[in-house]
Amino acid sequence: MSKLFVARDSRVAARSLDGEMMIMSGRDSTLFTLNRTATLLWQAADGVTPLDEIVERRICVEFEVDPSVALQDAESLARELANHEILQVSKEPILQKSAGASR
Amino acid sequence: MTGLMQEMTAKALRLNVPLNVQLDLTYRCNERCVHCYLDHDDHGELTTVEIKRLLEEMADAGVFILTLSGGEIFMRKDLFEILAYARQLMFCVKLKTNGVMIREREARRLKDLGVESIQISVYSHRPEVHDAITLLPGSLKRSIDAVRFLASQGFKVVIANVLMTQNMQDYSGVRALAAELGVDCTLDPTVTPMMDGNRSPLRLGVDQSALRQVFRDEALVGDVEEFCAVPAAADENDMESLPCSAGHTACYVSPYGDVYPCVQFPLPTGNVRRQRFLDIWRHSDQMNEVRSIRLKDLTTCSHCTHVSACTRCPGLAFMEGNMRGPSSQDCEKSFARTGIESANMLAKRRAVPNLVQIRAVPAAAGAIA
Repeated sequence: MSKLFVARDSRVAARSLDGEMMIMSGRDSTLFTLNRTATLLWQAADGVTPLDEIVERRICVEFEVDPSVALQDAESLARELANHEILQVSKEPILQKSAGASR
Repeated sequence: MTGLMQEMTAKALRLNVPLNVQLDLTYRCNERCVHCYLDHDDHGELTTVEIKRLLEEMADAGVFILTLSGGEIFMRKDLFEILAYARQLMFCVKLKTNGVMIREREARRLKDLGVESIQISVYSHRPEVHDAITLLPGSLKRSIDAVRFLASQGFKVVIANVLMTQNMQDYSGVRALAAELGVDCTLDPTVTPMMDGNRSPLRLGVDQSALRQVFRDEALVGDVEEFCAVPAAADENDMESLPCSAGHTACYVSPYGDVYPCVQFPLPTGNVRRQRFLDIWRHSDQMNEVRSIRLKDLTTCSHCTHVSACTRCPGLAFMEGNMRGPSSQDCEKSFARTGIESANMLAKRRAVPNLVQIRAVPAAAGAIA
């Protein structure tokens, strides 16, 4: 299976509130909230770490989940977030300007 | 406010997080609006370095919506550097400006930085009225040009209009202008005292008949009958509710680093040059006093017919002398809406002393008392 890379979109606004990420789309100001698992993925989405590594190092360590199931879920989440233009997904590392470290 | 934003605000309230902060970058301005509440001299604004440190502290404290205002924000030469840093810290950045210094190039830069929305002050669709309020010739044209440049970049632009005696007849014209430009428009009939307590700008505010006219304009308020209805009696939940978001999920920071509950509530609670932003937010005695107030604690208003539906501003009440007291301007608005005097208005009427006292004197005395 080919690697997938994810990066936070630089146009969004985001803040963590009690472990859950609030994200406002830069496209139309729609507000989203991410649960704790999705927040871990978002925070680790630096454009250069492959998604499978993020899942293995961040999500599987935090939650007791089967790695292959977790990766499948993470891929579908990443694509959904990409549809809303709050995350970028690519088969190549994403080296363009990414959003800053989210707090 | 959307449902999700309401949910997040409720969560922020529970967690004591300042979700929403207005930071005025400067009080300097290129306009001299006749109703302005600010002293435009620079008394030692925060430096670029200080502002960047403050932004970091605010991001760590959980601030999400950052409104940058003034004065005129474009008077700061480091504005774009500050904006870039704020966006790097992933704030949702909103701007308030007169737009006079925004041309095509600035509009593009703002778009590239991911600014969320921009509010521009327009007081009339007629240059002779608008420019007589801003005291800057040509300002209406420049502000409208800015709206056009920003709208063409796809920005969410809001035209903000303050209603005064000078422009009372023009609010429909401003709304039509906004519609033509494809942007939103707000109308605020509140003129505020100056930050130092000087109440002279209030003479520019509109009177009862003008307020009544505005509150019965369907185009502005929707269902007039509903908007002007006598409010339902307050129940226990109403009386336990908060007067507004000031000090609860929102606060204001001046260009000199002073932190207040709101831009309209000049109660000093600390200064970010001497204390961490979060320490002021969490531990300031003044902030905690503001936070402790519920509707049931309001001295006059808790007994008022309007208490459950009043737009009472705690900051305006504070500027009248008592943060738990009434805000007369909001009493006027409640009266204009419903035709029913507020408890404050009734109390004031009762308190007016008779200037001429007539006392019956027994005829035999025959003397003037």
